[in-house]
Amino acid sequence: MKVMVIYMTIVRHEWKQGRTAFLLWTAAIAGLLAVCVFLFPEMKGEMEAVSDMFASMGAFTAAFGMDRLNFGTLVGYYSIECGNVLGLGGAFYAALCAVSMLCKEEKEKTAEFLLTHPVSRVRIVTEKLVSVFLQITALNLVVYLVSIGSMTVIGEEIPWKEINLLHFAYYLMQLELGGICFGISALLRKGGMGAGLGIAAMLYVLNLIANITSSMQFLKWITPFAYCDGAGIVEKGCLDAAHVCIGMLLCAAGTVAAYSIYTKKDIHG
Amino acid sequence: MDAIKTNGLTKHYGKSRGITDLNLTVQTGEFFGFIGPNGAGKSTTIRTLLGMITPTAGNAAVFGLDIRRDRNAILQKVGYLPAEAIFYPKMKVRDVLKLSADLRKTNCAKEAAVLCERLQLDLSRKVEELSFGNRKKVAIVCALQHNPELLVLDEPTGGLDPLMQKEFFDILRERHHSGTTVFLSSHVLSEIQRNCMRAAIIRDGRIIACDHVDALSKTNAKRITVYGDVKLDALQGVRDQTITDGGIRFLYNGEMDALLHVLSSCHVKDLSVTEPDLDEIFLHYYEKEERKSENKFSDRVL
Repeated sequence: MKVMVIYMTIVRHEWKQGRTAFLLWTAAIAGLLAVCVFLFPEMKGEMEAVSDMFASMGAFTAAFGMDRLNFGTLVGYYSIECGNVLGLGGAFYAALCAVSMLCKEEKEKTAEFLLTHPVSRVRIVTEKLVSVFLQITALNLVVYLVSIGSMTVIGEEIPWKEINLLHFAYYLMQLELGGICFGISALLRKGGMGAGLGIAAMLYVLNLIANITSSMQFLKWITPFAYCDGAGIVEKGCLDAAHVCIGMLLCAAGTVAAYSIYTKKDIHG
Repeated sequence: MDAIKTNGLTKHYGKSRGITDLNLTVQTGEFFGFIGPNGAGKSTTIRTLLGMITPTAGNAAVFGLDIRRDRNAILQKVGYLPAEAIFYPKMKVRDVLKLSADLRKTNCAKEAAVLCERLQLDLSRKVEELSFGNRKKVAIVCALQHNPELLVLDEPTGGLDPLMQKEFFDILRERHHSGTTVFLSSHVLSEIQRNCMRAAIIRDGRIIACDHVDALSKTNAKRITVYGDVKLDALQGVRDQTITDGGIRFLYNGEMDALLHVLSSCHVKDLSVTEPDLDEIFLHYYEKEERKSENKFSDRVL
């Protein structure tokens, strides 16, 4: 174990390389979440009217699950307002972090430096995968702690179970996106920023479409945002195990693809 | 044991040529030159040997280790200096050297300090602030700091000023004397001629000559310089003529009797006959190969 920690050179290197992006994304998401939570006491009194308004917005209401949640409670408010911030922000960060992890060495022409050291391709993929995992985990931990802290500051009773489930669902969703984008990264030679953002945005929109249109429910099997649906989690008090399992399988498939492709790939530059 | 041995090594990128049927042997302890212009296949050969790209056919071994199977063990013994020295731009030189040592699971701080001192490299500067020459120095330290058994150098002097080039070759010679094998890929022929024992010439992905540098330099052609009133119109085997101040320089590979006969009828003030340098030999090999290709083509057409 000690040897592993000492020799996780690439993990430490990636952490330093990605530190600025990590701090910016974490600060932005945690800051926005805290602002949302701090606004709750002020808005709580007006929530009855707001809930009525949101409930009468047709497809828009259904898209965000606002027809099934009570905006007047912290858990209802948090799962929609804050859920979207962490949902989209976390998804973008996870996708960007993972999709550039393997291909950036070729894009920035540092691959020749890295790959002419006695480090196996398997070890490179493993350490870069650990880096993605650690960065996503660290972001979620900080965001979770800031959220809990903000709720404590406003003096509201914390709905632990729902909040924990919501954060866990978003964390799993980011891991799934991270795994898929990591697999794509092994295929790319140039930067994958567009691909990463595109995939995250597309999956988010697919979930909105599935929420609006009953004939498009099958999309829920494709998008990881399906098992992050705040209304569903609050209603059922658990995550949808089938959707989570499929998500984790896709994550594993992306990871296996990354190993399979990168260990055989010709590296230029 | 051979330091490098390739056997029919071939790499094609789709339809385009990389290297074809490369047979090359570099003995342990040699200072070996690998000559060819840009695009001839030098870097492809090196990248294949170091496991960055997989050969299409053939095989190769470094110190008896297979390039496909034993990539890590090979890289542990090799120091590689790339033609383009590119590092992580936000890192300081000190951190790049430490990263390189850490990736080798070794502490090279002492040797790195000596090399940085000799190459006058500032450890505290960020990579993005460095000139190409200074980045090259960082690459040199990365390649040398772990005292590798084999040094693979791809166009090593690009960007280095003449003083640094001299210091660099002094270091290389010291390493070579202490037993390191040096594989020097370059299109600067004087570097090869001054330092290497043997050399291979690569053209269009194929080795067209491989021998001792002295033997490669020996051809029938001589470099002739004549001062005086000389007319060479009747002489066969003259090429690469240059009119100089009061004289003429040319490469001659005809009969010496014929040359003396022509010169005896002219007014000659001074005459020198020397071996051509490697640049001229290199062009000679290239022209010879081109002629072969042209002949093959015309045979096929006919």
